Amino acid sequence: MTAPSLTRRHVLDLDDFSAGEILHILDTADAMKEVLAREVPRVPALRGRTVVTAFYEASTRTRVSFELAARALSADCVNLNVALSSTTKGESLLNTVRTLRALGADVIVMRHSQAGAPYLVARYLNICMINAGDGAHAHPTQALLDLYTMRERLGRVERLKVAIIGDIRHSRVARSNLWGLAALGAQVALCGPATLLPRGPELELLPTVALTTHLEEALEGAEVVMPLRLQLERQQSGLLPSLREYRELYQIDGARLARAHPRALVLHPGPMNEGVEISTEVAHGAQSAIESQVTNGVAVRMALLYLYGHGEVSDVRAP
Amino acid sequence: MAEKVIMTAAEMGRALSRLAHEVVERNGGAAGLVFLGMRTRGVPLAQRLAARIKDFEGVDIPVGALDIGLYRDDLSNLGVQPKVQRTDIPQDLFGKDIVLVDDVLYTGRSIRAAMDAIIDFGRPRTIQLLVLVDRGHRELPIRADYVGKNIPTSLQEEVQVRLEEVDGQDEAVLMRGEVKAP
Repeated sequence: MTAPSLTRRHVLDLDDFSAGEILHILDTADAMKEVLAREVPRVPALRGRTVVTAFYEASTRTRVSFELAARALSADCVNLNVALSSTTKGESLLNTVRTLRALGADVIVMRHSQAGAPYLVARYLNICMINAGDGAHAHPTQALLDLYTMRERLGRVERLKVAIIGDIRHSRVARSNLWGLAALGAQVALCGPATLLPRGPELELLPTVALTTHLEEALEGAEVVMPLRLQLERQQSGLLPSLREYRELYQIDGARLARAHPRALVLHPGPMNEGVEISTEVAHGAQSAIESQVTNGVAVRMALLYLYGHGEVSDVRAP
Repeated sequence: MAEKVIMTAAEMGRALSRLAHEVVERNGGAAGLVFLGMRTRGVPLAQRLAARIKDFEGVDIPVGALDIGLYRDDLSNLGVQPKVQRTDIPQDLFGKDIVLVDDVLYTGRSIRAAMDAIIDFGRPRTIQLLVLVDRGHRELPIRADYVGKNIPTSLQEEVQVRLEEVDGQDEAVLMRGEVKAP
């Protein structure tokens, strides 16, 4: 098992993480969860470090989760208010990050609607970059908290049968989860209407991943059931005939969940469209781990900040 | 690396028995004591001490495990990422007499970190320090209350304590670094 070294500076996606490194992150998150359970959930590990959250796309839960994680490690945390920032005055992404670094930022947590934006910054500027979601490409911290929750509740990820249901093609959560689940040896079924299923050469790299349009097939024996948020604009763009049809064919409700493994865990990356991809009964039912996903998200993000966020910023490669 | 045994299994057993008695004697009994072992090897040492005290005093002393990874001040010097594990505090530490247990006392920096960690959990009445081996070279004003064995060392040497539970056998060894060619 390879433990992570201090050479990794960025968390961009899970496609370049080994199983050993992912498990090391999950073990570290376990120690962080103990910290979060304390009366005063704070340790001095990142004292004097500055974490900047730069969200070029709206998100409350992920940003707050990162801010709480940074504070629990005693880092200073600054939120770049993109709507009020110089981006609106036409400053380029690289120049914004250069300025933040000059102001003392050690870690940038970035969400961007353009796939690859965090990669651009990571390539040219020597600063720890954590991708908090880039376009339809990747959302590695969400995938890690999903993996953590699966392991915590079910004891392992290896050979776990996981069904991911919905708009797989446009989902960065599903994509990052695929890399992580494949690395840890889970069996994944991706399920949704044919128009929302992925096509592409990447899937051939993942022999443990199967595609189906039949929900029953995906749910058969599934130990993890993960419906994805259905973006309502997919209907307007003609990929779905109607929301009602989607609900009738793919909504996870009590009767359908009963087809999965009896102890199956329900996960959802949030925010939920209750009554569309998931019924209220399932979302808040006994098998739902959706609320613990939120707590686990803070622990996993603490682990990432701790493991990758305290390296020294030294050499600078200019573009 | 040349290796010299500085404490055999039998010597370690006798040292632990003496230390267990010293702790009880100094505290006038075993009531109110909590043992906190420092990960990794302090934890089995703390458990063994508690078992001995249970034998001769009939009192169960709560034993916890402390990981100081999140309190260290020397992370960026380490080169590799240390593994952080869960800290496990068995009960409220307020008003208790804590005995912090570690295998080797060296610079004192991990003890400083451990005290910070303990105080985050509440205000104990006292914190005492028990170590199996004190090898000197302190960098902070810290000393142990109970010492299994004092071993004078040079900075080029390394002391390694091995325990049945972790390493498969009980012994402490002194290792000398390779003599480098001038």
